[in-house]
Amino acid sequence: MMYAIAIYGEAGVFESLPKDKQDEVMSGHGDLQDALGKRGDYLSVKLMPPSAAVTVEPMQASGQKPLIVDGPFAETKESFLGFYAADFKDLDEALDYARVISSPVARLEVRPIAWAGGVMSTD
Amino acid sequence: MSEWLEATFSTHRPRAIAALTRYFRDVEIAEDAFSEACVKAVADWQANAVPRDPLGWLLHVARNSGLDTVRKAQRRRDILTAQYADMSDVSHDEPADPHEVRDDVLRLLFICCHPALDRQDQIALALRIVAGLSVEEIARGFLVKARTMEQRLTRAKKKVSANPVTFETPSPSERAERLGEVSLMIYLMFNEGWSTSNSDTQIRLRVCEEAIRLARLLVDLFPGMGEQAALLSLFLFQHARRKARQDEHGGLVALDDQDRTLWDRPAMSEGFAMLQKSDRIGHAGPYRIQAAIAAEHARAPAADQTDWQTIEAHYAALFVLQPTPVVRLNHIAALAKTRGAAFALAEMDELTEDLISYRWFHTMRGGLLEETGDAASAGAAYRTALTLGPTEPERAIIMGKIAACKKKRQHLSG
Repeated sequence: MMYAIAIYGEAGVFESLPKDKQDEVMSGHGDLQDALGKRGDYLSVKLMPPSAAVTVEPMQASGQKPLIVDGPFAETKESFLGFYAADFKDLDEALDYARVISSPVARLEVRPIAWAGGVMSTD
Repeated sequence: MSEWLEATFSTHRPRAIAALTRYFRDVEIAEDAFSEACVKAVADWQANAVPRDPLGWLLHVARNSGLDTVRKAQRRRDILTAQYADMSDVSHDEPADPHEVRDDVLRLLFICCHPALDRQDQIALALRIVAGLSVEEIARGFLVKARTMEQRLTRAKKKVSANPVTFETPSPSERAERLGEVSLMIYLMFNEGWSTSNSDTQIRLRVCEEAIRLARLLVDLFPGMGEQAALLSLFLFQHARRKARQDEHGGLVALDDQDRTLWDRPAMSEGFAMLQKSDRIGHAGPYRIQAAIAAEHARAPAADQTDWQTIEAHYAALFVLQPTPVVRLNHIAALAKTRGAAFALAEMDELTEDLISYRWFHTMRGGLLEETGDAASAGAAYRTALTLGPTEPERAIIMGKIAACKKKRQHLSG
């Protein structure tokens, strides 16, 4: 089954870390990318900070133009920073891989993918 | 673990100090209370876990610790001011109203750019209070002794409290005015870090990074403001060139000569993203135009592929908004690329009176005179620049140019 490993954290904290701690986080990502790359296709995305985001609000009525709001979807304490998506045998295996990038500045959510299309497809 | 937590504390610092300053009506109590809360957090979060709302936790603990301090002081001096008397009624853990947070942070930054302070002290105060840099770090950045900086900061805080900023919710026009003042201070903070001097590169980069962090904070708080998005964009473009801007001996490398493979492309991508956001919002202010100019340089695959026509047009637009001699000088520098050195030299004549003691005026004239083949006048222009207090790295470059002019002359006469 395909799983997403979604990464949440406080925007800007990684950038405030001393260099050796940043390297520690990045080496975890390097390891995960190597491991995933060896076993097949995977997708990995790092988002820009929430300050770069613009939000398309839900349409008020059908046919109406959606309202575009400058700024991220929500002033949340922890932001969605990026994710990995890959095929794993089961939840345990997905969690094993997620642990590789675990750090004090990130909360990881492992969630099965219901459907994926494009370069990586569940079909 | 505490190194990991430091990063969290510094992320929350501006919002926390801002809220505590409103609460205690005093920046110093706010700073002390926040430090106290951070110390407690290191112990508590390691023993238990990092709370889901670290800022809420820090604020709660800081308020209690600040109140303790205030109460002790009141008991000691036996003063009970009405100001703090009703604090126990305030509910501590209401979720912060985003509008209130926005005005608090803006107020705190505005307190730092108090008109009674000169620019450098404003920047130093913001670095100390909002960014949380140590006095030693700031002193290193400004090339003064730590003791001197300590005294300057103390004096600055005194001046600020002698003429306090109001804690009322600002009116829309007050808010706009504060935002303008604060943005300018952050812009000058970045320039302070970006400018060349003998102080060590590390601390200068840190000052630039703090300016970027503050610009990003403004974008987070005022997402609908195009100029603030542009300010962040401008910084990101500049800062992206940091590695290419210095050679291995610490010498400066001019934009045209920089190794573009050393440019930080992810930072530039974010610069483009912020510029697009600013464009979408509209309103082409001075930061927006400067960011657009920086974007043109970032876009050019090589120096000789720079779109100088577009840059020249941007400078013309900037001069309409800011009709200052220095902006005009930059405009003429772009004209030198589109219409040639001789044309630019003629245009510079009108600025002679205004910029006679501005060293960049003379280094630019020197460069243009060299281009027209007048090595003797070029050398003279560079020598004038040398008398106008260049920083050490600049002096090295100017000396190099003078030597090159001399060689050219000898070559021509020999």
